[in-house]
Amino acid sequence: MKLSPQWLRDFVDLKVNYHQLAEDLTLSGIAVESVSGEGESTVFEMEITTNRPDAMNHYGVARECSALYDFPLKPIAPALPKATGKSAFSIEIAEPSLCPRFTARVLRNVSVKPSPSNIAQRLALIDQRPINNAVDATNYTLWEMGKPTHVFDLDLLQGGKIVVRHARDGETLKTLDGVERKLTAKDLVVADAKKPVALAGVMGGWDTMITDKTRNIVIESAWWDPVTVRKMSKRHGIHTDASHRFERGADFEATILSCDRVAELILNSGGGELVGEIIDVMDRPLDQAPVALRVAEVHRILGEPLPVNEITRILKRLGFELISEPEREPEFTVRVPSWRLDVEREIDLIEEVARLHGYDKFSNTLPPYAGSVIERPHTAEDKKLRSSLLALGYDEAISLTFISHEDAEKFSPVPVLELENPLSEEASVMRPTLVPGMLNMLAYNLNRGGENVRLFEAGNVFERSGELAVQSAQICMGATGSAVLPDAHQKARPLSFFDLKGDVEQLLHAFQYKTLKFEGTTSDYYHPGRAARAVMDGALVAQFGQLHPEIAAARKLRQEVFIAEIYSEQIYKAGLREVRYQPLSRYPAVARDFSFIFSDEVNFETISHSISELKIPEMQSFVPVEVFRGGAIPAGKYSLLLRATFQSYERTLREEEVAGWSELIVNALQDLGGTQRA
Amino acid sequence: MAYTVSKLTDFSAKALTKESQKLLSALEKEAKEVKNETDWKAFRDRWMARKNGVLTQLNDLWLKAAPKDAKREVGANVNELKQKVESEVENSKRRVDGAGSAPKSVTKKEVEHVPTQRRPPSGPLDITLPGIRRPLGAEHPIIKTMNEIVSVFRNLGYSVEEGPEIETDYYNFEALNFPPDHPARDTQDTLFIANQESKPLRDRLLLRTHTSPVQIRAMEKRKPPIRVVCPGKVHRNDALDATHSPIFHQVEGLAVDTNITFCDLKGTLDHAMKALFGSSVKTRFYPSFFPFTEPSADVQISCIFCGGKGFRDGARCPNCKSSGWIELLGCGMVDPNVYGFVDYDAKKVSGFAFGMGVERIAILKYGVDDIQHFFQGDVRFLQQFR
Repeated sequence: MKLSPQWLRDFVDLKVNYHQLAEDLTLSGIAVESVSGEGESTVFEMEITTNRPDAMNHYGVARECSALYDFPLKPIAPALPKATGKSAFSIEIAEPSLCPRFTARVLRNVSVKPSPSNIAQRLALIDQRPINNAVDATNYTLWEMGKPTHVFDLDLLQGGKIVVRHARDGETLKTLDGVERKLTAKDLVVADAKKPVALAGVMGGWDTMITDKTRNIVIESAWWDPVTVRKMSKRHGIHTDASHRFERGADFEATILSCDRVAELILNSGGGELVGEIIDVMDRPLDQAPVALRVAEVHRILGEPLPVNEITRILKRLGFELISEPEREPEFTVRVPSWRLDVEREIDLIEEVARLHGYDKFSNTLPPYAGSVIERPHTAEDKKLRSSLLALGYDEAISLTFISHEDAEKFSPVPVLELENPLSEEASVMRPTLVPGMLNMLAYNLNRGGENVRLFEAGNVFERSGELAVQSAQICMGATGSAVLPDAHQKARPLSFFDLKGDVEQLLHAFQYKTLKFEGTTSDYYHPGRAARAVMDGALVAQFGQLHPEIAAARKLRQEVFIAEIYSEQIYKAGLREVRYQPLSRYPAVARDFSFIFSDEVNFETISHSISELKIPEMQSFVPVEVFRGGAIPAGKYSLLLRATFQSYERTLREEEVAGWSELIVNALQDLGGTQRA
Repeated sequence: MAYTVSKLTDFSAKALTKESQKLLSALEKEAKEVKNETDWKAFRDRWMARKNGVLTQLNDLWLKAAPKDAKREVGANVNELKQKVESEVENSKRRVDGAGSAPKSVTKKEVEHVPTQRRPPSGPLDITLPGIRRPLGAEHPIIKTMNEIVSVFRNLGYSVEEGPEIETDYYNFEALNFPPDHPARDTQDTLFIANQESKPLRDRLLLRTHTSPVQIRAMEKRKPPIRVVCPGKVHRNDALDATHSPIFHQVEGLAVDTNITFCDLKGTLDHAMKALFGSSVKTRFYPSFFPFTEPSADVQISCIFCGGKGFRDGARCPNCKSSGWIELLGCGMVDPNVYGFVDYDAKKVSGFAFGMGVERIAILKYGVDDIQHFFQGDVRFLQQFR
């Protein structure tokens, strides 16, 4: 909203320059976003908060200035000629609860023409296009005092009356923007005897508008139910200066004044005469209860002992009326002005006092506190996972929360939550998985020349469970390119399945579990045979591996891509591993190597299991050192070099013991079908 | 004739190579002759005995005798020979032992003595070559900033609370004093979950537009005194471009107790801004409107780029548009209506709430010119924050 500070001078004597005024207003809650122009052409760009429709006009801002600087506020007092005759015009309100007040005046023999230059210039200065003297009069009044009004061509209203009613299904109305609108029984309209002529509080009708031919005019100034106006404005997609004010609550007591002001402006510029007395149909007076204010409460909330006379001064300047004087009373009552529908409670008055006193005049204090800090669940687990991922070289990333239907189907089996008003088709579903987002980020890098990328995202995924939305925490890792970057000292090594597996193992290692198994079954977007899932104490905690080549091709990922999904909620259940100190042996460890050839069907887990079944207490570890296929090894077989390490906590091991265990191991490996190499 | 270590007089590279060859061929020949445990023990002692073994002699006759300027070269050579001897001794042991052999690379039976240091390269080391860096991951600037904000308030005794990103109308709006059909809802640009029409309005699902619902959830759980800070992701119906994003992050805070005042709100946020932006930063409060606070305020800090002067290097400061102030957060005293929803007694307690956008603060702190960078996973961007 634009505002001319020069216009304010009609109502209040300003003794500050406009830049100072802008700052003072902003600091009292009437925000001036920017100042442009100079002197009389200075324009303020205002940002008035939604609770203050009363300040969305010049008079309202002038009132704020009056309170701010403690100057008197001049009234708006239209000077009208004596009315002649009778208007013979009637108003019928079929929906008094939605239109508790409707005020009108009739003017005859008006000449419609361009507005006088002072009016036109003021409107132009605040970006309002002058149209003709009658329409400009309503517009001027709206920007002057904030009350929307409307003018009809009286001769185009059939039956010489106005009816406020709901529209009938099937009725249409061409509004002032030239759009033919279909109405329903939900719409509230201003109608003549036959047809709707305006969408109540939103926009007038085309067929009854003021034209060059207009001679006789009806001025409407009504008060419309805010919710009704808001719903109509939304339903028809029309937001006007009038609807903006009505839906926030217009000034109930300003209908007559605004009607008179419009009449005055039209008569001044277009001649004609005022016909009949003002027509003011009111169903009920505005229900505004007086509000009690306790000085002690002002002090309790604000924390500073504001003097009573400062409190009352501010309220009076803003138009509040003191019903009981606070001589020595700790409590007094004020009547709220009709333009302040936002003020209903004591706290609302306290805010008025605080903002005009000036927020910056209150001191800065720190409150004492005797409570304790309660830790959010899983903070430690999340910190551990995040710091491990960062240490493993994954950059932390955040992707959008929405994905396409297509991706949701491809990457997740769960029922999804759709958006009612999505930003686009590609962003229409709440992500049930982090994978598509990760793949998009990897593609983004690859398309910009980034060949070595390691990212992780820790975020929430969503699924629909009946009528509910279920949110769970997950981590997705994505990697492509080299595990070891080439440089002056070493050659590149491309990422492999085992890099990802190692990283997943590192993450899981921080948690408390009895068994951890890796199985070859994964979701079908993984490369068959190059992916695995991790099962911790029977629960699926992760799946990872190379992305399926077809998916990679479809997403134009030009190099091998690896992803890992960590199901955080499952690992939370395990909890972080509690570290217990292990005494260190004072005796030497002995290592023995075993070189065997196995058939491909025998995997390391089987081997490791059968060796652990030997239950050799001194065996500290049993690990594969070398795996080799091809060369002299026949197809379907592989060569495996294994290393066992023995150590006792009580003594130095003897040769014969170690030889005995070695023999047990050799036998066990042979039982699995292994052949010992020479 | 059995090999003996010759006393060196010529320490040139050529002479060293020649002498080394002699030693190695003797080593190979003698190793082949090892047939059993007894042979092996003799072989081992001849080469490795501390007293007068070949290796000890090498040390005495070559290394110790070498002139200063040849020491490095001779040392490397002796080291190399030593390793070959050790591994030959080890290999021959395995041969006589048969199965369950000791690991190849291990020089002594005891694994604890496995040499972990690799042999230094012969020749000079160009220590000006770049080191081998193991890459570290970069913290996301938003998460990093969010954690910084949270830690400021944690140090003031605030507990951290989180809540769901998909909320009900009740928590996102109603309990925060946004009545149904209130124009204040328009400012929230809400994204709604589809197919909710059959439910009562308060149960309909939407993407939370602020982390304020977490305050309600926290107050439902706990009685005053309460101090919580709620970091998290929020959503608005805004297409992604340089200055808008459908997702962003907020940190909201809440303190409710007996006797919490507007002055306390000011003091707390003034302290927090100084902790985040430096002790010279000033704060300025001016009235604003949020349905769930009253009185409500917006907070500006003195421009951290021009020091609040409005001018920098003789020109208008672009960061604060020459005003000297930067708008940073919203706050206010908790509206008594909100207490009604969580069963707190507005007559006995009072409190304040505040909220700030993490992206806005991160943009300020790091000078980022495009909000989209935060959500694209571009490593060129992310790795700047290592």
